[in-house]
Amino acid sequence: MHAKERAFVAITHTAALFSLTAVFGIIYSIFREGIPLFDIVPLSEVLFGNDWYPTHAEAPQFGILNLFAGSLLVTLGALIIAIPLGLGSAIFISEIASPKLKEIAKPVLELLAAIPSVVYGLFGMVVLAPFVRELFDLSTGLNLFSSSIILGLMVLPIISSMSEDALANVAKQLREASLALGATSWETITKVVIPAARRGIVGSILQGFGRAIGETMVVLMVAGGSAQIPKSIFESIRPLTSTIAAEMGETVVGDLHYRSLFAIACLLFIITLITNLSAELIFFKRNKK
Amino acid sequence: MVTAHIRTRNLNLYFAQNHVLHNITMSIHTHKITAMIGPSGCGKSSLLRCFNRMNDLIPSARVEGSIYLNDEDIYSSKANVPQIRTKVGMVFQKPNPFPKSIYNNVAYGPKIQGKISKSEINDIVEKSLQGAWLWDEVKDRLHSPAMALSGGQQQRLCIARALANGPAILLLDEPTSALDPQSTAKIEELCLALKDQVTILIVTHNIAQAGRISDYIAFMYLGDLVEFGESSEVFTVPKDPRTEAYLTGVFG
Amino acid sequence: MNLRKIYSVSGRFSMSLLFIFTTLMLFIFLGSIFSKGYKVLSWEFISAAPRAGMTEGGIFPAIVGTFWLTLISMLIALPLGILCAIYLYSYGKPLWFVNAVKLSINTLAGIPSIIYGLFGMAIFVNMLSLDVSLISGALTLSVLALPLIINTAEEALQSVPKDFSEASIALGAQKSTTIIRVLLPSALPNILTGAIISIGRVAGETAPIMFTAATFYSRKLPASLGDEVMALPYHIFALMTEGSKADKQEPIAYGSALVLLTMVLGISFFAIAIRYRMRRNKQW
Repeated sequence: MHAKERAFVAITHTAALFSLTAVFGIIYSIFREGIPLFDIVPLSEVLFGNDWYPTHAEAPQFGILNLFAGSLLVTLGALIIAIPLGLGSAIFISEIASPKLKEIAKPVLELLAAIPSVVYGLFGMVVLAPFVRELFDLSTGLNLFSSSIILGLMVLPIISSMSEDALANVAKQLREASLALGATSWETITKVVIPAARRGIVGSILQGFGRAIGETMVVLMVAGGSAQIPKSIFESIRPLTSTIAAEMGETVVGDLHYRSLFAIACLLFIITLITNLSAELIFFKRNKK
Repeated sequence: MVTAHIRTRNLNLYFAQNHVLHNITMSIHTHKITAMIGPSGCGKSSLLRCFNRMNDLIPSARVEGSIYLNDEDIYSSKANVPQIRTKVGMVFQKPNPFPKSIYNNVAYGPKIQGKISKSEINDIVEKSLQGAWLWDEVKDRLHSPAMALSGGQQQRLCIARALANGPAILLLDEPTSALDPQSTAKIEELCLALKDQVTILIVTHNIAQAGRISDYIAFMYLGDLVEFGESSEVFTVPKDPRTEAYLTGVFG
Repeated sequence: MNLRKIYSVSGRFSMSLLFIFTTLMLFIFLGSIFSKGYKVLSWEFISAAPRAGMTEGGIFPAIVGTFWLTLISMLIALPLGILCAIYLYSYGKPLWFVNAVKLSINTLAGIPSIIYGLFGMAIFVNMLSLDVSLISGALTLSVLALPLIINTAEEALQSVPKDFSEASIALGAQKSTTIIRVLLPSALPNILTGAIISIGRVAGETAPIMFTAATFYSRKLPASLGDEVMALPYHIFALMTEGSKADKQEPIAYGSALVLLTMVLGISFFAIAIRYRMRRNKQW
């Protein structure tokens, strides 16, 4: 019997080891292919250069600033959509809806969360983009504006479900105390419940940010693809993720362009890692209370 | 019927820096019911859980001293703990049947001991359920869910489940505190009937219950074994003033 | 007093509006995909291979490809994930290792899917010379699914009352016996729900398979792990961004999206239904 126990322990420990291996594998592979770029192109030129012309025959440029700006802008746009809708839905489900309504409302968010990103992208391309083009009389609807909307829809369920969790975890006694003191239910929500849940809500927004900035298919299909800093929200952009996805097929394994795309991946990894860890820290502090 | 002798010697229990049991030495009489009584926090449940090493599950717990089961120290480094637990069975305060059928609850112990013969297991299940006075009530629905039983029935099921291992000693940790008076009475009678089969060590905060069923009393106070003796004597002429104070309800 | 009440009512109402708007978006979304894709659906669409340069025929190979990718990646990720969750729940020591594992899982969960694609390409396709193939894609997807499965499995194990484990140990069972005979069976329904949701997620991913497994067109169905595969998500993407006959390819893309959506949402519904039934039948 002891042998069986030892074997079981060994198996479970090995399985746990796999997750460590996977992370290190990912980090290793990305950085191994990407770092060599900086032997040839200085880091400052990559990070702060405006010109992204990796395929230029004589003088290829690897400045990612415009791409980075594109990522930030579309993420910001997505959050502008996702936070009100997501937080509003969370408040509705947690504080306003009756139990029966909750059972219907929660699946709505779960369905939104389950839709594959490529289908979001398709919707953006064939339904939203033409609509935007008509509405604002543009030459194309594939731009920052449209992609922000679709990305926002995609990220909304993340903010909504985590915020709803945070709100639901606020002790019933707090609400009762507030109402017993004569506050209206809206005052209770805004002055008592939301402040009590603010760590979880902020954490959810961070998670939404991380998801949005890392999303590929939606921006690949709807953002337009021009590596410029846009002068208006109706111009096309090219975020970091779609750059990688769009250009990787054209590279030769090991050449400078290939490495530059991996270098972008390194930057992306670091950004999402920081976002994730910050969200973790915030959640951790909340649980400690 | 299995007979085994169990006794402690200089048993000390620590939860981190908390010295919870102080130098407990006592010898449990076989085929008798020994009740451990005392005010809450005196350490009686912690002591009970030493007898089958269930305190091992608490990371901060540390034991010094020995408990001898048939002259073998269950706290020696060579001890086979799961084996010990088949010989020293336990019934918990809140009935905790598995979310399985009645049959599979009772058969659990024998199955993990490696018994595979269906007829042998059927036998054990029937005998155990009879021993726990539950057989007649459930014999027609052995494969129905155990959790559908009433609280009193569930507790008797837990007793049957423990009996199925053929233990020499049965530890009962306040087994009736979560039950109604009728179920309580039934289980008390059951204990009286079972003591010929197994030695019974019962923790109870109910002095009257201890008076009703026990042959021996161990009175604990703040981690010390204050008094140990035949119930008839301890109840009528307690040797220690603290025992008398507790029995007369000065503190409870 | 009246003003406060007005604020309260309008505040609550605006939250309801936000939710209704969200629901509306969902309906418009689903409705448009459904209405555009519905026209293309037919038995031939689902069962036949594409013809005439992707302008006619069906998407059967893509459905098959998605099926295999999902199945194989889950066959890898499920056992690994459940065993890892068991480790975290039952064996948590040494402490530094547990924290490292938890950190790894959280990191994995937050990595963008395109990076998984690059990782898969660098390690499986290039370094291990598995080439763009079914196995490369499945391996990549299994790493993506791992944190999802570990998290839901761990939650499932934690939701089992500790009474059961305690009873089992008191009856003389080893830890491994307790896990296998008592913990896992009780946690299984919740684990299953999590697994089903992961299946839906894996089936819909595009970026991880773009450079590791997927191809726009293959003449035959995958015959071995080393073959390239067509896959529904990639097919949708490629139809919209490659090829030359937009007017013919677009409808096929809607149809493919409808099929994919039906698969994924069907799976989600299934999981929600199971969860609902389980809550009602719960024995504890």
